[in-house]
Amino acid sequence: MTDIMQNANPLPEEFKVKVLRQDGPGQNTYWEHHRVDYEQDMNVISVLQRIAAQSETIEGKSVAPVAWDCNCLEEVCGACTMVINGRTRQSCTALVDRLLEEDPEVIELQPMRKFPVLRDLVVDRSRLFRSLQKTKCWVPVDGYYDMGAGQRQSRPEQEEAYPLSQCMSCGCCLDACPQFTKVELERQDGESETAFQARKEAEYDKNFVGAHAISQVMLFNANPTGKNNANERVDALMKEGGIQVCGNAQNCVAVCPKEIPLTTSIARAGRATTVRAIKKWFDR
Amino acid sequence: MAKKRVMVVGGGLAGLAATMKLAELGVEVDLMSLTPVKRSHSVCAQGGINSCNDQTRQLGDSEWKHFDDTVYGGDFLQHQPPVKEMAYWAPKVIDLMDRLGVTFNRTQEGFIDRRRFGGTLYKRTAFSGATTGQQLLYALDEQVRRWESDGLVKKYEFWDFLEPILDENGVCRGCVAQDLVSMEIRSFPADAVVLATGGCGLIYGRSTMSMVCSGSAVSRCFQAGAKYGNGEFIQVHPTAIPGADKLRLMSESARGEGGRVWVPRTPQDARDPLSVPESERYYFLEERYPEYGNLVPRDIATREIFDICVNEGLSVEPGRQCVYLDLTHIDATELSRKLGGILEIYEKFQGVDPRFTPMKIFPAVHYSMGGLWADYERTAEGGLQLGSPQNQITNIPGLYAIGECDYQYHGGNRLGANSLLSCIFSGLIVAPGIHNMFSAESGGAAVELPSALFTGAQKKNQEVHDALLRRDAGNENPYLIHQQLGDVMTKAATVVRRNDQLESAVETANELHERAKKCSLSDTGNWTNQNVVFTKALLDMFPIAKTILKGALQRDECRGAHYKPDFARTSLTAQDAAGRQTQAEAWCDEFEKNNEKWLKSTIASWNGDQPEITYEDVDVSIIPPRPRLYGLAGAEVIEEVWNQRQSKKNELASGNGATTSAEEATATK
Repeated sequence: MTDIMQNANPLPEEFKVKVLRQDGPGQNTYWEHHRVDYEQDMNVISVLQRIAAQSETIEGKSVAPVAWDCNCLEEVCGACTMVINGRTRQSCTALVDRLLEEDPEVIELQPMRKFPVLRDLVVDRSRLFRSLQKTKCWVPVDGYYDMGAGQRQSRPEQEEAYPLSQCMSCGCCLDACPQFTKVELERQDGESETAFQARKEAEYDKNFVGAHAISQVMLFNANPTGKNNANERVDALMKEGGIQVCGNAQNCVAVCPKEIPLTTSIARAGRATTVRAIKKWFDR
Repeated sequence: MAKKRVMVVGGGLAGLAATMKLAELGVEVDLMSLTPVKRSHSVCAQGGINSCNDQTRQLGDSEWKHFDDTVYGGDFLQHQPPVKEMAYWAPKVIDLMDRLGVTFNRTQEGFIDRRRFGGTLYKRTAFSGATTGQQLLYALDEQVRRWESDGLVKKYEFWDFLEPILDENGVCRGCVAQDLVSMEIRSFPADAVVLATGGCGLIYGRSTMSMVCSGSAVSRCFQAGAKYGNGEFIQVHPTAIPGADKLRLMSESARGEGGRVWVPRTPQDARDPLSVPESERYYFLEERYPEYGNLVPRDIATREIFDICVNEGLSVEPGRQCVYLDLTHIDATELSRKLGGILEIYEKFQGVDPRFTPMKIFPAVHYSMGGLWADYERTAEGGLQLGSPQNQITNIPGLYAIGECDYQYHGGNRLGANSLLSCIFSGLIVAPGIHNMFSAESGGAAVELPSALFTGAQKKNQEVHDALLRRDAGNENPYLIHQQLGDVMTKAATVVRRNDQLESAVETANELHERAKKCSLSDTGNWTNQNVVFTKALLDMFPIAKTILKGALQRDECRGAHYKPDFARTSLTAQDAAGRQTQAEAWCDEFEKNNEKWLKSTIASWNGDQPEITYEDVDVSIIPPRPRLYGLAGAEVIEEVWNQRQSKKNELASGNGATTSAEEATATK
């Protein structure tokens, strides 16, 4: 750490932060500028904490704190995704020193681009969890009574599965994907909560599931028990909004904070769907 | 007749385990969480989960020894029946998680690999890289999603629990909660409410805990009449990475895999740590505790690191307190396979690769052993009566507590890799009890009660909320008050506690509480208003903070994580054998006398302004308490004296023929 600090530019006393704000769904967006005192070891989370405590813009105007989503602050929960200096990433691991190396003047924060904004940097990512439901990403065990140990697994099998199971549903891969487009619906007058939920899910299901869900399918299809209903998951990937939508841009793997081999999963899923399609054709 | 349903609050390991087990039993569940359940704080657990296993068994281990290690590690402050039951269930819990698809690390032959953790001499800990909590949570999250698809579970994510709803008989009939997006406040009728909302680290400002761990839900139940146990027992983890926003955990598994803690013998030695020769390094844990070495329990490791930096002035850096945690002697590939997750965290936040440079770490607030008081039904053999509705119930009928937010399992100090176990275990056992209660009760479902109970509770909370938004601007700033509370708590109620500091902390907490009541909001809107949600959580931190402080102030002894040097038993000073023997006898007398007074759980109840504290006897009927020494160098003679006393007691008991130890205990009373 000392090495890095010696090599860096002289430390600034303060820096500017530019935030794209939006007061609620469907409302106009606007840029707001804040000034933050520099401290050692800052990340974007601590910057937003300082902005909340100040609640005053660079022009001295009192404003409501910027809303944002976070929880673990150590890049395992997936909550704090946003677009920082133009790149979708976790804000907890976005260190101020590195960001100021990119641009010594200002740090730019925007909400994710592919999910409906609820307020400021908070977006609605329920679509992401819906796709895990659609693709049946779980091990269908008989139940939770004691039935002894699971099946033995080799070390190479574990070493292949573990990286995939580190997916924290942060949504970076989706935000960076050209084929994953925003779905934003508004609740209609008189529409019940349940009816609106059902309409949203139907719409989500028609649109691209994205890299994360495809990779999870590969994880569960490799599990000794999960592979028993592998076909159901592969079928889910062959429906509307399935793997055929993938344009192979490979942005997903480039932005994944956990470096999950998403494109390998997509290639394998592609082969699985082809095999399944041929089999289905012969079984007709 | 409407079907009875359960509200589970909190979707970490405990809440999810309870939810899936209830769903399996056919009970419909509403699952409420501040955050999508997959993002719960359980993801931060790194090292692993304990159980006796086929290999350790053949080395002399047993469920009994796991139980013994847990109560010895906890300084005998936990009721023993639930702990015993948990230790005996541990192998089954790991089998279940294995079946659910957890990617546990494997041995060459394909068995679940194990490593050693603190407070034990056996390799009991199953692990999934260094992200075991995340992997366990995901397996449970997936099962709950499956039940959600089947319609048995309905999730309310981004909802804040505001209050339990109690009927005129004081029975819990549901809860009030607020949607964090639309700010709607709503009443949820429920026939049982299960609180699984984790710890309260945010009271300390920065800790290893996640941003949702404010303890507010627990505090709201406490303020509604639930009792709170052992508040002052807060675990400070020995190894964390200091940061501006958070103190990030560096798992005990780093030491479990061979990591060594040391400082240069020369204070603030400016050399590159790798160039400091072995002879000039002080491996203080290994020297002071030759038997357990770097794997002494957390409270002890924390105090020793603190002592090295504060009292001995041997901190590695001049301006900041820290010691080395060194992995560089271990093969880098092996490290990546077993500890990858935590090494990446260090690298990402510190810009240094711990495979090749020793890490700099310091203790940080990590876990609350205390929590909501919870009950259990004991069997004659000293285990739990499985399926009893008494298991995990608070003193409010219909309100249950499980996971980190109950006080049951860890006593004065929690052993590493036991928390994932207690969370899943308590979640699994609460479900059949509730199911049996539903089957046995003849009354109708909560949803059929007169609606005034629910509309009244909703209205009351709406008024509180509206009043907060209407506060005059320009008064107190909630974020700054939170910082000050964190500073006070960290100074007075962590590693070393002194009565004068605690007294002044109580005063400061009272002042801050009054000021917090005057907080004004910088956001007065009614849409995704995080400002008002934080302010409410801040206000609810005070009852728990005061409980921690008062409990610590009153407890004039050292036990587990609660360390008061003014009440510490002195170590043996005599040089000659006879002198040491006399001192050891006196030490043991004092130990026994202290236990008579203080081997009791602290039980707090809230009177509207302050906690009121009583003490509860601990069920230590299965394993008699003994001095907790962990092979401390120089303390061998204490152990000898103690063991002689115990065998004399046992001889006496067996010499009387048919007299059982229980009868003897009654006779001597």
